[in-house]
Amino acid sequence: MAQRKVELSLGRNPEMGVDGLPTQTPLAPFDILEPEIDTEQMLINIGPQHPATHGVLRLVCELDGETVVTVTPHIGYLHSSFEKLGEYRSWNQIVPLTDRMDYLAPLIYNCAYVMSVEKLMGIEVTERCKVVRVILMELDRIFGHLLWLGTTAIDVGAFTPFLYAFQERERIYTLHEALTGARITTSATRVGGMMADLPDGWIGALTEFLDTFPDTLAEVHHLLTGNQIHIGRTQGIGVIGPEDAINFGLTGPNLRSAGVDYDVRKDQPYYDYETYDFEVPVGRYGDCYDRYLCRMEEMEQSIGILRQAIDRLPGGPINVDDPDISLPSKTDCMSDMESMIHHFKLITEGIPAPEGDCYLPIEGSKGELGMYVVAQEGGTKPIRWRVRPPSFVNLSTIPKLAEGHLVSDLIMINASLDIVLGEIDR
Amino acid sequence: MTDHPPNELDVVSDGALPSDVDESGAVASSLREATHPSVLGLMGEFPSAVEAQTVSARDQAVVWIQASKSLEMLRWLKDDAGQLYDMLSDVTGVDYGDGRTIEVIYQLFSTKHKRPLRVRCKLPLDKLEIDSVVVLWKSADWLEREVYDLFGVTFVGHPDLRRILMPDDYEEGHPLRKDFPLRGRFSRAEQTRRALLQDVERFYQASDLQVGGRPQEVATPESTTLHGEDPS
Repeated sequence: MAQRKVELSLGRNPEMGVDGLPTQTPLAPFDILEPEIDTEQMLINIGPQHPATHGVLRLVCELDGETVVTVTPHIGYLHSSFEKLGEYRSWNQIVPLTDRMDYLAPLIYNCAYVMSVEKLMGIEVTERCKVVRVILMELDRIFGHLLWLGTTAIDVGAFTPFLYAFQERERIYTLHEALTGARITTSATRVGGMMADLPDGWIGALTEFLDTFPDTLAEVHHLLTGNQIHIGRTQGIGVIGPEDAINFGLTGPNLRSAGVDYDVRKDQPYYDYETYDFEVPVGRYGDCYDRYLCRMEEMEQSIGILRQAIDRLPGGPINVDDPDISLPSKTDCMSDMESMIHHFKLITEGIPAPEGDCYLPIEGSKGELGMYVVAQEGGTKPIRWRVRPPSFVNLSTIPKLAEGHLVSDLIMINASLDIVLGEIDR
Repeated sequence: MTDHPPNELDVVSDGALPSDVDESGAVASSLREATHPSVLGLMGEFPSAVEAQTVSARDQAVVWIQASKSLEMLRWLKDDAGQLYDMLSDVTGVDYGDGRTIEVIYQLFSTKHKRPLRVRCKLPLDKLEIDSVVVLWKSADWLEREVYDLFGVTFVGHPDLRRILMPDDYEEGHPLRKDFPLRGRFSRAEQTRRALLQDVERFYQASDLQVGGRPQEVATPESTTLHGEDPS
């Protein structure tokens, strides 16, 4: 399918050259330093406990004055060895581990994991389940981008967008809670279907959210997109070119802002994404400002996908009709002996998998989220469960992006990458 | 199949891998004729170094290559005009346990041809070494460090191979190996004792503040006064 791009034609900083870099570089070259000043380089430690690192991330910076010479990220403070834990759990018991990785967009992780397991086992989920999962994933893309928007804005001193973003997130939290009973640790999916079907009135509440959310987005646009302070803090900062961006493994909005139109939903489509009408925003300069624009446009596109998904949401069962995979209903378990035995057997024995491995990438809110599962013949637990963490790979570019920028820009670059430490450390 | 004679570490005790079975048994039926253009290309370009190939999960091409030639073959996959795998999505490892080989797995994607490929290399337990691919893809930097940290695979030629998720001084081994107990090698009491004995100040001293493997000069206590301030 032909890729369509949204033109991001907004005013650039007049001090900027054609390549997107400022013509008057604020980075002090060594020769203009006054000789009598002591020019000893200094080491500064940021984090692990610091609000601007967006989690327990530690950055050791070598500074020349206020300019970053090198920056070394230290991670692992949240390491919980989820992948090792998964090897001791049956296929469905892993689902709660997945949403604890990216607690900013948990439903995407729930869905990605079971999609990979279903592909490995050759399970074809029902049409209703597919559309429901698309709705949940797009809703959580907005959810994740809103947190990024609020915290990034507050990092450059804009407080109001933070309040707007969190007000909207609160409404998505309510939708999460109505669907799963939990606000953050949703664990909504199961192999072969969902924990439960959508409750009554949920689609109505989602439509209500979709009707009013664009107004908030427009207000944030009004506050930030043309704002001179915001432009000054983001344009020409943390620039990366398209070849470098691919080579460094950037994915998601970070890659697309550098002008590479790679979106897993278009390039390796899953769940009939090729039949939805949406566009992939692609940036030009690969700086913090383009990353901002790409994410803002992605939220608009997600609203469109959500509306289309609601329109085509079919009826029918949400779980596959296979007693070896899906549990009987709770009511049946409590009233019918055969269903009780069926439930007991499925829980105690687990779902057997075929021999093989499966790597399934999907477009998460942070980038390409790949779930890799390896199973042995008849195994009810994975031999290996691996998450290809988009934030982990995105964060590894920070030494390159921040080199030569000011310390205050390092904070902006770190924020613009949209990382979540729960998934980096796993 | 493999050129080297199988040693006892290669013995399969529980369930065969597709690559371990030649043309017999139930697993052989899953081995199909190669149709993926890159697998065919690799077989034509490096006929002796392709150990096996299969199609996993219905449509995912997997190819096993010799670890000793991995860098050469991956470079060909990246640079050849018909392949152009410019994106290395993932590097990871798998330990099957029971003394079997540990495998290193590369997930490649070509943004030009829109084509994924999975490349796997078997490493015997007594020689967990493979060439680093950081020279080809920068994204391999942290991913290889993670495999080194969690599986103990050494990546020859990696510019900065140190632990990444576990602490630098972690002494219990490599957590994702199957012979590593879920709660760690040391008892809870020993783990607590070691944690309490840790000198937390050490994390902010010169030996820890290394950038790219070289120690940094850190202000000594004598020179930490501000400029213009009388040190006495």
